[in-house]
Amino acid sequence: MKENLYNYILGIADNSLILGQRMGELCGHGPSLETDIACTNISLDLFGQVRSYFQYAAKVSGDGRTEDDIAMLRKERDYKNVLLVEQPNTNFAYTIARQFLFDAYHLAFLSELQKSTDLTLSAIANKCIKEVSYHERFSSDWVKRLGDGTEESCVKMQEAIDDLWTYTDELFHQTEADKAMVAEGVGVDVTKLKEDYYKRVHRLLEEATLKVPQLKWFQKGGKEGIHTEHLGYLLSDLQYMQRAYPNMEW
Amino acid sequence: MSEEQIKNLEKQFEERIARDEKIEPKDWMPEKYRQTHIRQMSQHAHSEIIGMLPEGNWITRAPSLRRKVALLAKVQDEAGHGLYLYSATETLGISREELYEQLHTGKAKYSSIFNYPTLTWADMGAIGWLVDGAAIINQVPLCNTSYGPYSRAMIRVCKEESFHQRQGYEIMMKLANGTPEQKEMAQDALNRWWWPSLMMLGPTDDKSVHTAQSMKWKLKRKTNDELRQQFIDQTVPQADLIGLTIPDPDLKWNEERQSYDFGEINWDEFWQVVKGHGPMNKERMRARINAWECGEWVRDAAMAHAEKKQQRKQKQAV
Repeated sequence: MKENLYNYILGIADNSLILGQRMGELCGHGPSLETDIACTNISLDLFGQVRSYFQYAAKVSGDGRTEDDIAMLRKERDYKNVLLVEQPNTNFAYTIARQFLFDAYHLAFLSELQKSTDLTLSAIANKCIKEVSYHERFSSDWVKRLGDGTEESCVKMQEAIDDLWTYTDELFHQTEADKAMVAEGVGVDVTKLKEDYYKRVHRLLEEATLKVPQLKWFQKGGKEGIHTEHLGYLLSDLQYMQRAYPNMEW
Repeated sequence: MSEEQIKNLEKQFEERIARDEKIEPKDWMPEKYRQTHIRQMSQHAHSEIIGMLPEGNWITRAPSLRRKVALLAKVQDEAGHGLYLYSATETLGISREELYEQLHTGKAKYSSIFNYPTLTWADMGAIGWLVDGAAIINQVPLCNTSYGPYSRAMIRVCKEESFHQRQGYEIMMKLANGTPEQKEMAQDALNRWWWPSLMMLGPTDDKSVHTAQSMKWKLKRKTNDELRQQFIDQTVPQADLIGLTIPDPDLKWNEERQSYDFGEINWDEFWQVVKGHGPMNKERMRARINAWECGEWVRDAAMAHAEKKQQRKQKQAV
């Protein structure tokens, strides 16, 4: 099996998987019917992406494992998503902040992944980027609405940005699989996305009358499987059926 | 307007309905027609929205990615149905906020079936197969109802509902053909959802207060008992086909009627659930009220932002 490629795909897909799961939690509980539908839509897009990536990863593994085995039967330490996407839906401001901080990265990442020499990955990126452009428009519009809305919404939005900011730097860390894949022209060099990312985010925060957090110390570890306490609970739900009823078809 | 003029309008109105013409929002309509439609259409919209909760309960725990995506899409369809049914109801001169208020204060009703809990994955199959199946039987005749916006909304709703029903049946079929544990899960779900699904088609004809008037306005084309019989006759062979047993010892084919005879429905349970004493009434209501109240600052912010934007635009124009 091409170990590095396999791990590289999981590194990308796990972000969509975990964020999709978080957005899925909101279905039926959104602040309005329209936002409810939009959040479910984002969740749907993300799970669609996950399926494309994991179907490819299953093929790369060559040992008969399926997309569901990969999604639902790994141990907690084997999930490679960034810490940002596993953070809970504390309130709608956190949901939106998490989404925007990820979307701004995701969009830039996919735009580079389209150039991958791996044709499957570039095709997936090509499909996903249309969806993610919409996600980014949705989340950035809401950052503006909440930031530049009422006094209360501005306080809540600022608090969410402040709290989640600590998870942004990790987006640009490289794993061993990343480095190997960049060297082969398959992967995206995420370190090169950092500067534009922060420019984009700063610009939006300013437009939304929000302050850019002045943080010098950032959290990391998700890409190496060292997560926050939130992930375990999320996985208990995600894995419940596969664990309770092993080896069955649904 | 004189009494005679009103009578004349009423006469013309009834004639239009008799000719199967559609009534549109700006047309004159009797107040009772308006009120009856607000009641039924909003009840329908509320049912879609409350109905998202029991199925939403399994989104994070769906057993495979394929099932998760299908379930998400289904619940999202229901939100969509809610949205255009609320919009259709708004054409009768009531706002969405007022409709929510009626739901949250318990003035408006929603389909009682959603006050039952979803305990296992098989409940996603049973709801699709039975609950959506019963809903379709209720709703297909509404595609031809006299009020234009409702009729048009229902055409779209019914298309999606029949897809949901097939999807639910397919979940059940997979379980019924699966391991003994899966089959048991499917049978258990059928046992729990069968009777509430029969109740969904409404009280028996002699107890139904709205039937006569609704038939006249084509808001209803068949009586509750007729619809229930149709549902049973259609569903029993589907259960047979996948080897599941309908939990009714009195169920028997009646050669003479060319229909199934069936056992006594526990109407006491039905009325208790309608009155708020079902297993999940309080939780369902709490979830909706909570979503609405926790969302207030978000909706306020969106309004405030839109106003600010508007003001800035006007300033620039000056």
